[in-house]
Amino acid sequence: MSSSTLVRPPTVAGTDRATLERLRVLPARHPGRWIATAVVALVLAMVVNSLVTNTNWDWTTVGKYLTWPSILSGVWGTIRLTLAAAVIGFGLGTVLALMRLSRSPLLQSVAWLYIWVFRSVPLILQLLLWYNLAYLYPTLSIGVPFGPGFHDFETGNLVGKFGAAILGLGLSQAAYSAEIVRAGIIGVDQGQHEAAAALGIPRARQQTRIVLPQAMRTIVPTSVNEIIGLLKGTSVVYVLAYGELFYTVGVIYGRNLRVVPLLLVAAVWYLVLTTVLTIAQFYLERHYARGALRTLPPTPLQKARWSLLVAWARLRREPVPASVPAGWASANRTAGHLLRRGNTPSRRDQGGVA
Amino acid sequence: MSAVQTEGLVEVHGVHKSFGTLEVLSGVDLVVKPGEVTVVIGPSGSGKSTLLRVINHLEKVDRGFVAIDGDLIGYARKGDSLRELKEKDILRQRTRIGFVFQSFNLFPHLTALENVVEAPVSAQGRPRSEVEPEALALLDRVGLADKAGARPRQLSGGQQQRVAIARALATRPKVLLFDEPTSALDPELVGEVLDVIKDLARSGTTMIVVTHEIGFARELADTVVFIDGGRIVEQGPPAQVLDHPAHERTKAFLDKVL
Repeated sequence: MSSSTLVRPPTVAGTDRATLERLRVLPARHPGRWIATAVVALVLAMVVNSLVTNTNWDWTTVGKYLTWPSILSGVWGTIRLTLAAAVIGFGLGTVLALMRLSRSPLLQSVAWLYIWVFRSVPLILQLLLWYNLAYLYPTLSIGVPFGPGFHDFETGNLVGKFGAAILGLGLSQAAYSAEIVRAGIIGVDQGQHEAAAALGIPRARQQTRIVLPQAMRTIVPTSVNEIIGLLKGTSVVYVLAYGELFYTVGVIYGRNLRVVPLLLVAAVWYLVLTTVLTIAQFYLERHYARGALRTLPPTPLQKARWSLLVAWARLRREPVPASVPAGWASANRTAGHLLRRGNTPSRRDQGGVA
Repeated sequence: MSAVQTEGLVEVHGVHKSFGTLEVLSGVDLVVKPGEVTVVIGPSGSGKSTLLRVINHLEKVDRGFVAIDGDLIGYARKGDSLRELKEKDILRQRTRIGFVFQSFNLFPHLTALENVVEAPVSAQGRPRSEVEPEALALLDRVGLADKAGARPRQLSGGQQQRVAIARALATRPKVLLFDEPTSALDPELVGEVLDVIKDLARSGTTMIVVTHEIGFARELADTVVFIDGGRIVEQGPPAQVLDHPAHERTKAFLDKVL
C-alpha cells in the first residue's frame, strides 16, 4: 500500500484527533454476567456446605472403605470385565462392520442379523442366558463340523461367572461397536478409497492404513462414550454374583447396613475410572487429529506451562520465551486477565474507528 | 516423442458406459502411442473423466475393451472367453497406471513422503530402504524436497497436487492419467502444477490429460481429442483441432473457452 492512501484525517467522528486520543477507554459492563456468577457461586457454596456439615454423608466411613481390600478387588473385577468386554466388543464389532460393508450378500445379512438380535435383547437377559448355557448345551466339543468330535468340555466349567459376564457384555457391545465403526468408515471421503485403489494398494492394507486411521477420528469419541457405558454397565453383572465393584459394595452394606456411604464408595471409584478414560480419550483424539488439523490443540500440561511462562514474563516485564508458540500469549486471556487492568495494550493499540 | 519408447501403448476399443439410464460413453475408440501426450477436451458431462476412469478400471465398462501394452485391463483371455480378473490382479495392473485426481486425494493423515512411499512398498512389495530415497528424489523433482515431512493440510493446493503427481510416479507407471489436475486450484497456482506436467511430458511417458487449459494442449499435446456427448467428435494434432476444427461442435466449444 502506498503512503499517499494513509492520509490522517484532521477529525474523527466530528471530534479532533488530539481530544479523542486523550480519552480513557473503559471496558464494557456485563451486569447480567455478574448476577449469574453470584447465583451460581451461592448454590455452589450451599452444596459444599451441606456435604461438609451433614453428618449423614458419613465421610469417615466412605474414607475407610475406599481402599478396603475387598473393595479394591471389586474395582479390579470391574476393570477386568470392562477390558475383556471392550476387546471382544470392538474386535468383533470391527469384523461385523467390515462384513456389513462387504460385497457378499450372505456376510452382509449375517452381520445385520447379529446386530439386530444383540441390540434387541436386554443385556441382563443375555447375561442370564449365557450363565445358563449349560442348560441348552451340557457339553461343548471341538471337532469336524457335522462330524466326529475330538474333545468334550463341560459347559459349566468352561463358561463360569466371569465367562458368562464377558460373553454377555462383549457380544452385545460388538453389536453397538459395529455400527460405530461402520459409521466411521463410510464417513471417510470416497476419494480416499479411489486414490488407494488407483495406486494398487491391496484391499486389506487400504482398510488398515488409509481408511481406518481416518475413520478413527469419528470412531474415538463415540467409542469412549460406549466404553464408559460399558464400565458402568458391568454393574449389571451383580445378577451373576460376580465380584465386581457394585456387587461387592452390596455384600458389604448387606452386613453392616451402611448403605449410603458404601454406595458413595462405589460412586467415587466409578468417577475415578471414568476420569482415566476421559483423559485417554483426549490423547487418543489428539493422536488421530494428525492430518485433519493444521496444528494440534495443546495438551492441558502444555497450556499450564505456557500460561505460567507468559505470566512470569509479564510480571518481570521481559519478552515471552521462545518456547511458547506465537499467538498463545495474545490469544490466551486467562494469564493476562489476572495481571492487566483497564485499558490493556493487547486489546487495542491506539486510535479509534468511527 | 523419444524414438526408443516401447512401453505405454494405450488402446481403447468400442467402449460403452452407462450410469443408470444415462449413457456417458457411447462407443469410444482411441489409441495413444507409447510416449505420446494426448489432451482430452470437451464440455462438462461429455464423458472425459469417465474415459480416464475406465482406462484404469475405476469404472467397469459395459461394452468394449481397454488394453495397455497389449494386456486387457480387468480381464484375462481364456481361449474363447474373457475372464473377469480378481480385484487383487486389477490392483496389480493399476500400479502400471498413474492417476492424478482433480481433488488431489492425498492421504491427509500421512506426510508427503509417506504418501509417496506407500504404494511402492505395499502394492509392489519393494523394500522401504530402496523406495525412500527414490521418493525423496521424486519430491525433489516436483520442487518439494523440503516439504517431505509436511502433511497435506499444511500445504497449498498447488503443492498438494505436486505431491500427488510424485505419488502417482512412485510405482514407475508406463501411463499417466491426469483428471483435470488444475481445475481445483487458485489461478496463481495453476502454473506450478502445469510446469511439473510439462517436464514429465518431455520425459517421454505416455500421458492422457483431461484439462480446460487450451494453452497447455497447444504447447504439449501430440494429439488433441475433442469429446462431446460420450463420443469422440474429432482428434488430431493441436494445430488442426484447435485452430482449424472440422466440426461445428468443436468450433462452438472452442469459441466459448478461448
